[in-house]
Amino acid sequence: MSFLSYAWDWLRAPVQWHGPGGIPIRILEQLGYSGLSLLVAALIAVPLGVLIGHTGRGALLVVNIANAWRSIPTLGLLVLAVITLGFSPLAWLIPLVVLAIPPILVNTYEGVAGVDPEIRDAARGMGMTSWQQVRKVEIPVAVPLIMLGLRTGAIFVVATATIAAYIGLGGLGRYIIDGLAANNYGEVAGGAALVVVLALLVQVLFVGLRYLVIPAGLRKQERPT
Amino acid sequence: MFSVLPRRTNAGVLGGLAVITAVGLAACGSSGSPSSGSSSSSNPLTAGGSKGVVVGSANFPEDELLAEIYVLALQGKGVKVTSKFNIGDREVYYPEVKNGAITILPEYNGALLTTSVDTTSTAATTAEVNAALTAKLPSTLEILNSSSAQDKDSVTVTQATATKYHLSSIADLAPVAKDFVIGGPSEFKTRTDGLVGLKKNYGLTFKSFDPLDESGPVTLAALVDGKVQAADVFTTTPQIITDHLVALADPKFNFAAQNVTPLVYKKGVNSTIVATLNAISARLTTPGLLAMDKAVILDHDNYSTVAKGWLTAVGLSS
Repeated sequence: MSFLSYAWDWLRAPVQWHGPGGIPIRILEQLGYSGLSLLVAALIAVPLGVLIGHTGRGALLVVNIANAWRSIPTLGLLVLAVITLGFSPLAWLIPLVVLAIPPILVNTYEGVAGVDPEIRDAARGMGMTSWQQVRKVEIPVAVPLIMLGLRTGAIFVVATATIAAYIGLGGLGRYIIDGLAANNYGEVAGGAALVVVLALLVQVLFVGLRYLVIPAGLRKQERPT
Repeated sequence: MFSVLPRRTNAGVLGGLAVITAVGLAACGSSGSPSSGSSSSSNPLTAGGSKGVVVGSANFPEDELLAEIYVLALQGKGVKVTSKFNIGDREVYYPEVKNGAITILPEYNGALLTTSVDTTSTAATTAEVNAALTAKLPSTLEILNSSSAQDKDSVTVTQATATKYHLSSIADLAPVAKDFVIGGPSEFKTRTDGLVGLKKNYGLTFKSFDPLDESGPVTLAALVDGKVQAADVFTTTPQIITDHLVALADPKFNFAAQNVTPLVYKKGVNSTIVATLNAISARLTTPGLLAMDKAVILDHDNYSTVAKGWLTAVGLSS
């Protein structure tokens, strides 16, 4: 049997779709862990990225740290967090936030720092204050890249939130860990397939969101020339 | 290497991480500590000679420590010993003992029986397991006397919980199990010696089950934090000492016996060797082994020093 047929046989059994350990609940748990982590990461990384993109100060340092940061093993951080913080929500939140910060931070920085100097000059020439430049010009122009960062972060987090199951929590990782423990490969394959589908749906969601939040002026600009 | 951790880190729970690290380090190379045995026998003229024996060990700290005890005790009796530690899993070393490449290896009787000798065996007590081994081991092999020291699954609680509810045996959980959350690796939920066995053997039904890890840092943190009131912890997990835990007695052998027992290649051993190893087994206890595990795993003491210290303490070395 192939991976897909294992997964399919498990997924179509009605018993998986009901109750506290059922697929709908597990998906909601997975989205809950991911959504909160992404929100916290965005609240940290977007303002920081805008700040260093606008001022240019510390850019080299922050971007390099953010890239090195990507090599932190999420599972190791999870276990460390449990050992030091116990079973508070911070135990799973910290590793997932740490995972999502680099793509959001680096893309936001690149987006803001990459604003055409002529546009900045024009904004300054119109008498905008520094804050007005950021708010009215630099952030809107950087939106496509900020959205790309958020999308990348979201996919990382949605796929990785499976590790919450490692410390006894729910989410789709439950199927993978419990399935492996019981040699139930259908459950493992089904759980993994659900994670893939969820990550793809998140990707689609962000493509849609991007269309909604990108300023009309930029959208025209993006049309094929 | 742990100095980078926040200061508020509890030294006890931190040990969980140390176990991972220690196991990792041991797997990377045992060339460090427990190698005193090999130095004396690296002489090509004596190594592997007709009178020499090879003591092997699996690739985890406790087994290396036990092997080191065997080596030192045998050398004390004038036996030529080569040590071949940190070999790997049972799948790797068992054939080596079977063909005589390794003469002696500290084993766990229950695991030896169910992974290599008779995978369908349901023997549970020490006597049953040893009888099954004696009957089914290949003709080239035999087990010597088992020690009372066991490294097996247990239902473990904190000292505070044990005192509060007067718990010393799993049977004592009867009145409180319905209020207890029990934790363990995910398979504990369905394993025959997991929740299923606890219900069958002791009539216990717990409030709920929390899937954690295999007697590792997550399980220990959950116990200490009170996320679970009882958990499956191996009886020689050193954090039992540092986290003040109590492994409840298992009089009905819900968990099959895992006594430390020497597995030997029959033709390679003589009466002196058998007597020496049996003397060790006679003195080795679970608390004694636990204390030694703590010394090598959490305190990073030298294996030889710990082994020598124990042999002296029990009167097998001067």
